[in-house]
This record gives sequence, C-alpha cells and structure tokens, in this order.
Amino acid sequence: MGDLKVTTPSDREIAITRVFDAPRKLIFDAHTKPELVKRWLLGPPGWSMPVCEIDLRVGGKYRWVWRHDRDGTQMGIGGLYREIAAPERLVATEKFDEAWYPGEALNTLVLVEQGGRTTLTQTMLYESREARDGVLKSGMEKGLAASYDRLAELLASTR
Amino acid sequence: MQSPDRLDATFAALADPTRRAILARLASGQASVTELAQPFAMSQPAISKHLKVLERAGLISRGREAQRRPRRLEAKRLGEATRWLERYRRLWEGNYRRLDALLEELKAKEQKWET
Repeated sequence: MGDLKVTTPSDREIAITRVFDAPRKLIFDAHTKPELVKRWLLGPPGWSMPVCEIDLRVGGKYRWVWRHDRDGTQMGIGGLYREIAAPERLVATEKFDEAWYPGEALNTLVLVEQGGRTTLTQTMLYESREARDGVLKSGMEKGLAASYDRLAELLASTR
Repeated sequence: MQSPDRLDATFAALADPTRRAILARLASGQASVTELAQPFAMSQPAISKHLKVLERAGLISRGREAQRRPRRLEAKRLGEATRWLERYRRLWEGNYRRLDALLEELKAKEQKWET
C-alpha cells in the first residue's frame, strides 16, 4: 500500500512516511499492544521478538528484545513514553542495549487519517549527525545480512 | 566494500545542499572550478573548499588537463551512498508489509464484531 519514503529532514533526523489502507486506531494499536507489535516489527527475515513489554503511560517504560532464530544473537531496545495522544501521536525515547551511537534518540509517530486511509510518519531525532549516520549505516548492514541470508537459503534449496 | 570512515565522509559530504548541487551539475559532464562556481553566489575559494570535501569523500576526481583540471563525478561512489538509504528503506518496507497483513486481519475481526 503506497510507497515508503525515507528522508533526512535535518542532519540529525531520519523520517519515514508510508500510507496504510486502515483506520489509524488499528495502526496505533499495532504500535502499542505487545501481542500485535510482536507480529510485524521484526526487521530482516530470521528474527523474532521474544520480549515485548509496554507500559503505555507517560513516563512508562517499554522494552523489546529481538532474537535471531538460527544463531541466537539477541538485540534489545528500550525507552520511556514521553507523550501519548491515542490514536494520533506517540513520542518515546529509544536506546539500544549495545548502542553503537552516542545518546538516545527521540522517536515521534504521527498518524493522520483521511477517508479510511492513514499516513504514518515516524521521525527519529538523534543527538548528533554522527549518531544519525551510524543508524543509517546499520540499516545498510542489516539489509546486507538479510540478503546474504536469503542467498544462503536459495543456495541450500538448489543443492 | 569501503571502510566505515569513508562511508562517514561520503554521507557528511552529501549532507550539504551546495555540494549536492555541485554533484548534480557534474552529473551532466565534467567542469572546471570556474564553471562550477558560476551558478552559485560564492567565491572561488569557497567552492574549492566544497570540492575538497567531495574529493576526500571519493565523490569526485580531477581530470588530467593541466590548466583546467576539470572535476568529474565518481558515479560508483555516489551510488554506494544512495544505496544506504535504499537499504534502510527496504528494512522498513519488510516490516510494513507484515503490518499491512496484520491490519487486514484486524479490520476483518472488527467487521465480524459489528455484524
């Protein structure tokens, strides 16, 4: 449904925009109810989300842990909710357990509904340009890892 | 595969609008420093500074002609840098495709409740 756009509105931000064919209440739920978050926020193929804890109130914590199904590698992230205006706006801090960039990020989710469709905008604000670039780069590395995984699967299936 | 430091330099070089405009100009062919300075309200030394940043990042190189030393675009490096954004995009696209499927399921459930 619609094109996903990634932009860099300033040298400390990354913004993602995407249109969904659903009312924004459902999209807000999919971002804030653990049993729903676990179903889609998984990253490249081969990862699952065994831990998804969400205390949805201002000042409440969330904690998510992903696990690679084959080699058991784990990756955790957590933060605090700063602003909750269901179903249109959610602001939270975020920090990876083993962050490779300095400081926390501030993540703002905005959902605008029109005629049953919803435009999602997610903006991540980092403490420095270096931190922002580090995240963009890791996106590349994860992407690469995912394509290698698929290649490995393909090779295994043609043997 | 280039080193992380080189990637940082490339992305920092691309963050500036004047430098992006210089790259856009060079995409249509090589040009001298004077030619590159023309469309910008900038001194030649200011342009030269930007060119140095682009050169260090491997995004442009210098031609051999002794006098003019025209700059030209290193398209391969530029492609590598824009692929960063593309891969980051693909990572999220994978997530959002799964979200699309989940939303269809939730919509169907809501309809069931209503009828």
